[in-house]
Amino acid sequence: MKKVICECGHENPYGTELCESCGKPLKDQGKGLVNMRYEGAARRSQTYSRTIVDKIWNFFSSVKVGVWIIVLTLIASSLGTVFPQEMFIPPGERASVYYQQEYGTAGQLFYQLGFHNLYSSWWYMLLVAGLATSLIIASIDRFFPLYRALKNQRVTRHPGFMKRQRLYHTERAGEDAHDRLKKAGDALREKRYRVREENGNLLAEKGRFSRWGPYVNHIGLIIFLIGATLRLFPEMYLDDHIWVREGQTVEVKGTGGEYSVRNEEFLIEFYDDEDERFINNPQQASAVAKTYQTTVTLFQQTSETIGSGVEPDEVEQFPIRVNNPLTFDGFSLYQVDFKLNELSEFTFAVEPEEGTDDELYSETIDVNLYDPETVYEMDNGFTVEILEYFPNYVFENNEPGTLNRIPDNPRFIVEITPPGEEEGEMSMVGIQVNNPLSEESDYRLRMVDFDTNHVSALAVRRDRTIPILIAGGIIFMIGLVQGAYWHHRRIWIQERDGELLLAGHANKNWNALKKDFSWLSEKTGLPEPADQAEKEETDGTRDEGVKSNHGDAGSDKQ
Amino acid sequence: MATLAQTSSNLLLAAFFLYFLATVFFAVSITGGRFKNKEGDEKNRTGTYGYISSVLAFVSAIGYFVTRWIAAGHAPVSNMFEYTTFLGIMMGLGFVIIYPIYKSRVLGLFTMPIVMLIIAYASVFPTEIQPLIPALQTGWLQIHVITTALGQGILAVGFAAGLVYLIRVTDFKAKSKKVTALELVLFGLLCFVGHVLLNMGFGAAGYEKEFNYTNEYGEQAQMEYQLPAIIGPNEAELASETGSNPLLLAPDFIVADDLNAVIWAFIAGTALYWLLRLVLRKPIGGALQPLVKGVNPQSADELSYRAIAIGFPIFTLGGLIFAMIWAQIAWTRFWGWDPKEVWALITFLFYAAYLHLRLSRGWHGEKSAWLCVIGFAIIMFNLIFVNLVIAGLHSYAM
Ligand code: HEM
Repeated sequence: MKKVICECGHENPYGTELCESCGKPLKDQGKGLVNMRYEGAARRSQTYSRTIVDKIWNFFSSVKVGVWIIVLTLIASSLGTVFPQEMFIPPGERASVYYQQEYGTAGQLFYQLGFHNLYSSWWYMLLVAGLATSLIIASIDRFFPLYRALKNQRVTRHPGFMKRQRLYHTERAGEDAHDRLKKAGDALREKRYRVREENGNLLAEKGRFSRWGPYVNHIGLIIFLIGATLRLFPEMYLDDHIWVREGQTVEVKGTGGEYSVRNEEFLIEFYDDEDERFINNPQQASAVAKTYQTTVTLFQQTSETIGSGVEPDEVEQFPIRVNNPLTFDGFSLYQVDFKLNELSEFTFAVEPEEGTDDELYSETIDVNLYDPETVYEMDNGFTVEILEYFPNYVFENNEPGTLNRIPDNPRFIVEITPPGEEEGEMSMVGIQVNNPLSEESDYRLRMVDFDTNHVSALAVRRDRTIPILIAGGIIFMIGLVQGAYWHHRRIWIQERDGELLLAGHANKNWNALKKDFSWLSEKTGLPEPADQAEKEETDGTRDEGVKSNHGDAGSDKQ
Repeated sequence: MATLAQTSSNLLLAAFFLYFLATVFFAVSITGGRFKNKEGDEKNRTGTYGYISSVLAFVSAIGYFVTRWIAAGHAPVSNMFEYTTFLGIMMGLGFVIIYPIYKSRVLGLFTMPIVMLIIAYASVFPTEIQPLIPALQTGWLQIHVITTALGQGILAVGFAAGLVYLIRVTDFKAKSKKVTALELVLFGLLCFVGHVLLNMGFGAAGYEKEFNYTNEYGEQAQMEYQLPAIIGPNEAELASETGSNPLLLAPDFIVADDLNAVIWAFIAGTALYWLLRLVLRKPIGGALQPLVKGVNPQSADELSYRAIAIGFPIFTLGGLIFAMIWAQIAWTRFWGWDPKEVWALITFLFYAAYLHLRLSRGWHGEKSAWLCVIGFAIIMFNLIFVNLVIAGLHSYAM
């Protein structure tokens, strides 16, 4: 494409609106304020639109499209909060009936539209992908031209450029114009402006770096989105949990047997009703949990010793609490749940069916409910054999069975063989249950004691995307602050053909630039430029119907 | 300790009256005659007094915050009363920061009453110091909540400036959709006023009624009403000695006393609104308009934009980034699509859309001011509706 050569001699890329160097309006010679956003530089999206690539590029680089994507994402996100997401419905409920049952027809519709898993739906992801694409393309489309234009700008500007700035003033230059220009330069330096002078012309600039704020924040956002996408890969993100009983050692899932933890003690603490702070509360403080804590010992087995029977090394002891996870080697263990007083042991004695025999009774056996032995030999000669064990007994389809391995409702089928006998007697025992199964029975097992245990649930997490997310977040915040708390201000002062010209541009916060001008005027006696965008000055007495459409020179037509 | 808690309440009360004083000063500075000194220069210091009052109010409010922190042993941002109060205080701080830049007394006149309203609204919730559940016991939660409230407070100042703009430019002489919409916003604020007044009134009279009802799990439970029951809970029966039965009963999945309070707020808001209209004989916005006539619309527009540009990064830091850090530590994952989180994201996206729309000229002025109003509505929705109705992990009712 043809380059555009300005009268100042600078070669501009095709499509440039304001000469990159002197600012002369190249395209429209019309009136009104010049479009200063992106310095009138040639943007790809405004210049080409022939091929399909051009069209896609132009689509995604438009701020209008970008805003639409943001708004659609916003609306979609809000729809998902009308009813709870599937992950928040009570455990064990089936989504297919739950929504209908709880929320009627609306709930049914919510479910059928797939809104119960909205945030992982393909179309929600598509929206986020669209957002990312738009961010990337819009940023590239603007960054390079803007960078070129700001880098190439000259001190001496074309009068057409000056005249069409929002803050502008001209008057006949007095005798002392030259002096005042010098003084202005010094004064502006004092205000931390970067001042450049060139044969009687002056450009003072401040806060240019804030112009990169949006690009920095967009990059941060893209990095963040990349990090979030990587979580879909199992290598990057592990999410599991383990139940550990007090005294028990359990392998940490996902570590390939390298790490295990032993639950030394689980502790739950409640607030104190006597605590003065809460005395006025209608609700009892002692109903509110203060601490959940599992004290664990972490063990590590090096890769050579896994499975070799070598004792693992003790790494550390750590109290895991809510808000205080144990972190090691990229893994974290969190306190997430617990179960108090789970049955752990039954103590049995053998007693005759009729009458009591103290001697038999005083002999007991301890049956571990997690891992019972098959045969217990008692000192008094009795043998108790465990034929079947149902930790969580159910009777289904005319058959005894177990729901799972958790001893919530333990039942045993046992055979008791008295000393010297060949044949034993069978019976079923459990909590409040003792049914003989043999025709004839002389003895039975009697539960004399039981023991319980606390069980703690620990979430196992490894999230390798965290450093990426942190980097993205930090970059995003830097860009946000850079673009919002600093502003790019420029002041041009020229003495040309006996005329003094002043112009000013701020990318935002014109208020501060105007203040700088009035400060400058106080210091050096230079005139203050007028705001050409302020069509209607208020006279302080009007009270109705002021039109709102006052322009901003720095506006983008999109 | 109990006395410290008392000191704390007194400081909050003092702050409330100082905000009231600031409102009065700003009102006088705008409506009062122009005082001229000997040289004939305008001497109107009431605006400065108003600002000083607002600063003192903030100092007093921080006194409340610190003493309550010491008394409770944790930062007082952990239930509805504490958080809402803090949001009001932060809006006051936002004003204290922005006033010196623009010196807009009208902004003071609009911001101060809204701050008072938020603090008064907060005091309707139970004000006792409550124990903290384990998930809330972390510095990150406190940092997250404090930063979020500051961000939202500054965004709320943007709302106040947007309101000033709209009242300034709307033509109230003729009926129009714009007038109706603006009146609706003012009506909404009056509903809050009505809610506060009713609760204070019935509270002072010691009104309390108890109902036995069947809750959403099909169990018998009790519910206490602080206002007469228009809507009662599911299968309600009056348990108190006296009182009338509710007109209607709510289904079990609705929190009936909250719904009842909302209905009362609308009734009271409507009554207040029509009372004001009868007295003023014109739309309320129209009655407010003379107060803002001295405002340059363009300055009001820039001011509201500026408030949002300042508030947005702070809100993002507190409401999203610190929130994610806290969630990572307390809930094992930095993001869980809990309704409160989603609404923070929605707030973020909304203001991001606002900033991008402002890149184009056509969205300055009136449209932009409406966006500020909607943004504030989203913030209040997140605070009230999402907390009380769509209860999630963050629900303080837990
Ligand atoms: C949620 C996602 C986004 C966030 C948080 C975000 C954030 C921002 C912020 C804070 C600014 C500075 C605004 C100002 O200074 O007033 C900005 C500017 C901008 N954004 Fe975004 N943005 C997002 C998405 C997008 C998308 C999808 C597009 C695509 C069109 C886009 C295009 C732009 C452009 C063109 C600018 C102006 C750049 C300049 O002034 O040089 N943004 N963005």
